[in-house]
Amino acid sequence: MRTRNRIAIRATLTLVVMTLVASSCGGDDAVEGSNDAVEQETGPVTLQVMNFANYMPEDIAERFKEATGHSIELTLTSSNEDALAKLDASPDGTYDVAFLTSPFAEGLIKAGALEPLDHEKLPNLSNLYPEATQLAFDEGNAFSVPYSWGTTGICYRKDLVGNETIDSWNDLLDPSPALAGKITMLDEDRWILLPALKTLGYSVNTTNPDELAAAADLSIEAKQGLLGYDAETFYTKLDSGEAVAVMGWDGWCNYVADTEQLGWALPEEGSDLWADMMVIPKGSARLDAAHQFIDFLLEVENGQWVAENILYKVPNQAAMEALDPALLETYPNLAMSPAELLAQEPLRDLGEGQPAFTDAVTRVKAS
Amino acid sequence: MRERGSFAGGVEAGVVASTPPRIGGLARSRYGRLTLAPAFVWWAFFLLAPIGLVLVSSFFRRGPFGGVVYELTGANYTRALDPLYLRVLWYSIRMALIATVICVLVGYPAASFIATRPSARARNALLVLVILPFWTNFLIRTYSWIVLLNREGVINRSLISLGVIDGPLDLLYNDLAIVLGLVYGYLPLMILPMYAALERLNPEVLEAAQDLGSRPFRALRTVTLPLVVPGIVAGCVFVFVPSLGNFPVPQLLGGGQRIMIGNLVNQQFLDARDWPFGSTLALMLMVVLLALLVAQSWVLRRSREIEIDG
Repeated sequence: MRTRNRIAIRATLTLVVMTLVASSCGGDDAVEGSNDAVEQETGPVTLQVMNFANYMPEDIAERFKEATGHSIELTLTSSNEDALAKLDASPDGTYDVAFLTSPFAEGLIKAGALEPLDHEKLPNLSNLYPEATQLAFDEGNAFSVPYSWGTTGICYRKDLVGNETIDSWNDLLDPSPALAGKITMLDEDRWILLPALKTLGYSVNTTNPDELAAAADLSIEAKQGLLGYDAETFYTKLDSGEAVAVMGWDGWCNYVADTEQLGWALPEEGSDLWADMMVIPKGSARLDAAHQFIDFLLEVENGQWVAENILYKVPNQAAMEALDPALLETYPNLAMSPAELLAQEPLRDLGEGQPAFTDAVTRVKAS
Repeated sequence: MRERGSFAGGVEAGVVASTPPRIGGLARSRYGRLTLAPAFVWWAFFLLAPIGLVLVSSFFRRGPFGGVVYELTGANYTRALDPLYLRVLWYSIRMALIATVICVLVGYPAASFIATRPSARARNALLVLVILPFWTNFLIRTYSWIVLLNREGVINRSLISLGVIDGPLDLLYNDLAIVLGLVYGYLPLMILPMYAALERLNPEVLEAAQDLGSRPFRALRTVTLPLVVPGIVAGCVFVFVPSLGNFPVPQLLGGGQRIMIGNLVNQQFLDARDWPFGSTLALMLMVVLLALLVAQSWVLRRSREIEIDG
C-alpha cells in the first residue's frame, strides 16, 4: 500500500511538472514562431471572434455573411481579464478578432501578441475621426482600431444634489453634507485611485511609490464620505436615490432609468481616456476575413448601432454625425467632442509597475 | 484506544465519518482498486494537479504584461507577509469566525427542532425548506439583501412609514452586513450535519439521563452535546471554509469597502494579473484551512474518547 501511494504521488507530481513544462514551452513557441507567416485558409471561412456580450448588432453575423460569404463564431468574454486569460490559454490562431480595452490591448502590442493591421484592407478607417489615429499607445492604428471610447466622470441626480455645482473630483473626495454618505466610486483596480491621483495632479498611470502613497492616503480619507465602491450597479443606486452622485464610466451613466434628472460632469482636474479596441491576435489563419470583419464594423450603420444601443461614444465620425440630435440631448455625455476626450489622459498598461499600483489599491480597500 | 468501535453507532455525520473496516477491505481487493480509479483520476487531475500548479507558480514571478516568468524567487512570500496582507487575512478569519459562531447558535436550535419532529414527513418538509435557498444562485440571493437593506430599501421604507424611525438606518455596506450575508448563505451547511448527528442520537440515552435525575440543560450539556460534537464540528468547517474564501459578499454587501482574502486573490489574478502572487495568497488561505482541519480531527478524536470513556 505504502509504495503504491508513493508511486501515485510521484505520478501526480510528474503530471504537474509536465503540465508546467508543456505550458512554458507553449509560451516559447509563440515567441519563436511569431515571425513565420501562418498558412492562410482560402474560400469562405469561419471567423473566430471574441467579444463582450451584446456589444455588436444581433444580426451582425447574418449581414457579414451576406456581404462577404464568411461566417462568424462568437466567443463571449465577461471582462478584459477573462479575454486575456482565454488568449493566453489557447494556442495561437484560435481567435481571429478580439475586443479589448486600451491598456489591455497595449499590453498585447508590447508583448508582440498581435498581427499588424494592413490599412489597405481597412478602407472604412476613413470613417474615423482623425483623433482616433492618435491614441498614444498605438499611434496610426498599427495594431488596433478603436470601436468605442470614453472617459470617467461624475454622474449625478440633478434633483437630489441641491444647489451644488458638481464639477470637481473634490465633490466626491471631500463631499458637502448634502452629498456625504451618498457617493459611490468605481470598484476597479485602475479607477479606485483616479480621483485622488488627478486631484493631486499626478498621472493616472503613475507607478511612483510616493505619488501612489499620497493618492492612497487621500482615497482612504475619502472613504468616510462614501456609501461604497461599486463598478456594476452604480447607476441603479442613482435611480433608487441611495446615491446622489457617483463616479462612473460615461456610457454606463446613460443606463439610468430616469434620464430627465441625469447630470454629467467631467471633473476639472481631468480624467482618463479609454477605448475598446479591435485587434487580430497573432497566428490568425484568416487574416483577410479578419480585416474584412473589422472594416465591416467600421461601417456607419454599425458604429451608429453602438452609439444608439450601448450608448457609448464611438470614434466613428460618420456614425456620430448620423445620430439623432435628440439622443445627444437625452444623454449629455454622448455629446462630448473627440477633442474633449483626447484632452483626457489615456490609460496605459503599467507593465512592471502594476504590482505597486495594486498594492496601493489594496491598502485603500483594506483600511 | 481511538481504534475501538464507537458507542452510539454512526454519530459522525457526513464527511467526518470514520471509515468502517468493511470498505477498507473492499479497497484492498483488485476490484476495489478498480472502482476507486475514477475517483483517484478525478482527485489527481482536479485537486492535486491544480494545487501543485498553484504551489509551483507561487515561486515564480509576474511578467511585465501579466503571465508567469519561470524564474525562481521567494519574493512572493516576503510580500505576502507584509502587514497589509496579514491584516486582511486576520480580518477574514475574524469575519468567518463570527459568522460560524452565529451559525452554530442559530443552527443548533433549528436542527434540534427539525430532528425532534415526530413525523418523518414533517422532518423532510422542514429539511427541504432548509435546502430550498440553494435552488437559487448565491449571487442573486446576495443581491436580494441589497434590495431589503439599502437606505431606500424595503426594511427602511417600512420602518419609516410605521413611524419607528425618522431617517433611514445604515444597514448595508458595513461589517454587520457582511456577517449577515455569510450567515444567510451558509446556515444550511451548518444545519444539515447538525441534523444528521441529532437525528441519529439514541433517545434512550436522554431518557436514561432524565431517569437518573438530570435536568434538561444538564442533559444537553453532558449527554447530547458531546454526542453531536462531530456534527457541530463538521458544520463549523462547512461554514468557516467557504466564509473565509468568500469574495462576492464583501464586495456586494460590504460595498467593497472592506476586503477579505478571497477578494485579494481575485484582485491579484484578475486586476493585477499577478498569478504568482495570487497563488501565494491562495496558498496562505490553504495553510489556514489545513490548520483548521487538523484542529477538527483533534476535536473529533477527543469527542470519541469522551464517548467511550464518559
